[in-house]
Amino acid sequence: MMENKREHRRVRPFILRLVMLALFSPALDLANGVGANELSGFIEGQARLFANSATHLGQADQTVSLAAQPEYFHEWETGSSFTFVPFYRLDRADSKRTHFDVRELTFLYLHDDFELRLGVRKEFWGVTEVLHLVNIINQVDFIEDIDFEDFLGQPMANLSIARDWGTLDLFYLPFFRERTFPGRSGRLRGSRVVDTGRAVFESSRGKWHPDWTVRYSHTLGGWDLGIYHFNGTGREPTLLPGKNDNGNPVLIPFYEQINQTGVDVSYVTGSWLWKLEALQRFGQGKRFVAWTGGFEYTFTGIMETAMDLGVLAEWMYDERGKKAFTPFDNDIAYGLRLTFNDVDSTDLLFGWVQDVRNSARFLFLEASRRFSDHWKASLEIRTFFSQPADDTFFSLRNDDLMQLELAYFF
Amino acid sequence: MKRYLWIGLLLLIALPAGAETPEEKGLAIAREADRRYDDFHDFKAKLIMTLKNRQGEESVRYMRNRTLEVKRDGDKSLVIFDRPRDVKGTALLNYTHMKGDDDQWLYLPALKRVKRISSSNKSGPFMGSEFAYEDITSQEVEKYTYKWLRDEVYEGQKCFVVERYPEYRNSGYTRQVVWIDQKEYRLLKIDYYDRKNTLLKTQTFKGYKRYLDKYWYPDEMFMVNHQTGKTTRLLWEKYAFRAGLKDKDFNKNSLKRAR
Repeated sequence: MMENKREHRRVRPFILRLVMLALFSPALDLANGVGANELSGFIEGQARLFANSATHLGQADQTVSLAAQPEYFHEWETGSSFTFVPFYRLDRADSKRTHFDVRELTFLYLHDDFELRLGVRKEFWGVTEVLHLVNIINQVDFIEDIDFEDFLGQPMANLSIARDWGTLDLFYLPFFRERTFPGRSGRLRGSRVVDTGRAVFESSRGKWHPDWTVRYSHTLGGWDLGIYHFNGTGREPTLLPGKNDNGNPVLIPFYEQINQTGVDVSYVTGSWLWKLEALQRFGQGKRFVAWTGGFEYTFTGIMETAMDLGVLAEWMYDERGKKAFTPFDNDIAYGLRLTFNDVDSTDLLFGWVQDVRNSARFLFLEASRRFSDHWKASLEIRTFFSQPADDTFFSLRNDDLMQLELAYFF
Repeated sequence: MKRYLWIGLLLLIALPAGAETPEEKGLAIAREADRRYDDFHDFKAKLIMTLKNRQGEESVRYMRNRTLEVKRDGDKSLVIFDRPRDVKGTALLNYTHMKGDDDQWLYLPALKRVKRISSSNKSGPFMGSEFAYEDITSQEVEKYTYKWLRDEVYEGQKCFVVERYPEYRNSGYTRQVVWIDQKEYRLLKIDYYDRKNTLLKTQTFKGYKRYLDKYWYPDEMFMVNHQTGKTTRLLWEKYAFRAGLKDKDFNKNSLKRAR
């Protein structure tokens, strides 16, 4: 909590400078503001129920939380735009899960030949469904959820050039965001709490080390591909054993300087979708590679109904084995997605992840549905089976979880 | 013997030049109807889609459509969803091709992810409505074969009644019967026959207005599903032709800009 406050004090002047630039730059005909001026977003209540009692000292057995994410958007005639998206969650059980973040505070300048995007933004790259491996620009807001689908806003300057031969994206990332982790009373953690207040950086410039990324992407018929190179502070910390002020064992996040090349490819043919994500990283331990890939096949209109059934399988491999941050070092995921195609956009995803080498299994179920025009309910169930003692998920073996969310969209 | 041969040849030459088979006439009508929309270059419009079930309960969807005409191939289109609010910002980019599958991408705003999706089966419903994807994507002449059935008066207008058969392998229809007015070649009604060759749906087009002194576009498209009793009404608003849209408005970057 304290660390977040310190971070925001440093980021605020930088963001302020960007906003001033956007508002008072004479090159932008702001007097011609047309269109949007839109306010939208959601407010959500979330309940988490854990099937078993907590494994580790201090953890709570259930929690409720409230989150809000309003969104302000304005677009000019030229297509340039301004977006502001703040986010706040208030969690009953874990004070560290109560957190505020600026997800987006950005100005987009649209020109015939290029796009310039400045400010705090989110940029996502990836083609697989279960593990989002190559996505790197934004730091994972890990305390939100463990599925790597929630991200902290990333300050950046991004130039995007789209041409017939492909799209080139250049990123300048001046400020680093640290990963969020559960506190002592939070679930979905190991026996040692990650002490985010004591993070260590390999670079002497710490969070102000300027990072760079270049990405090339292109579409050719049924192929979509992207390749990037990242140079800078790795978003994934190495967690080192340490002690906190009270002498209790904790984990210290260590952020190292890395060079990473990542590739994402998808190929669509008929009802088949083939995907691959792969990366190579230098600078965090020995050089290593990791990949995830698989397919998705959709049966449209099954059994004479309007429903679609998607079948997917993905293999996840990380050369680091047990030292990998994600638990999927050699696992195969199977999934079934049932899309009702009804008025309420009912959707069901059932998945199963099996470790290739041991008996560890992870099962998940996600369902969502709209109620009237503004309400949406989502249910998530996750269970962990048969984790051997050395499996990364072993410390989560009693964290079988049922999560219910009710969101109001405005 | 020779005399009969000569008479035969004369008769052959004397046949009226305009004699076409019903298939050729159907194709000619479809081509002319398509030609009436040549060179529109691009257009933008707002769409309000109202779904109604048998009990009379309604659901409304708001979206925006942008279309770019592509020479010698199908149109490019971008549909952005505005309401319901939970799907706001979701967008669909489609490149229609005359032959083979279309290219399609879906933008998921929560994750900011552009996902390439399979478009080989377009018989599924669009946003839970009675319109299938294949009903609303760019209708290229090459996607069907035709047969002219008869001429008929429909709603006070003289029409051609043409039957068309989808070339598209995964189509949900065996055939469609189309009413096209003879004066302006506008689509007035389409009857859709499902895979069992039973009448499934009927689409009617109302409120035709003329834009740029040339192009006729309807204000309303109404689809009735005879088998389920459900209906979908599509209202088109704020048409803007030649709005200055270019290729750069129909690529993955433009998908990400969709809001």
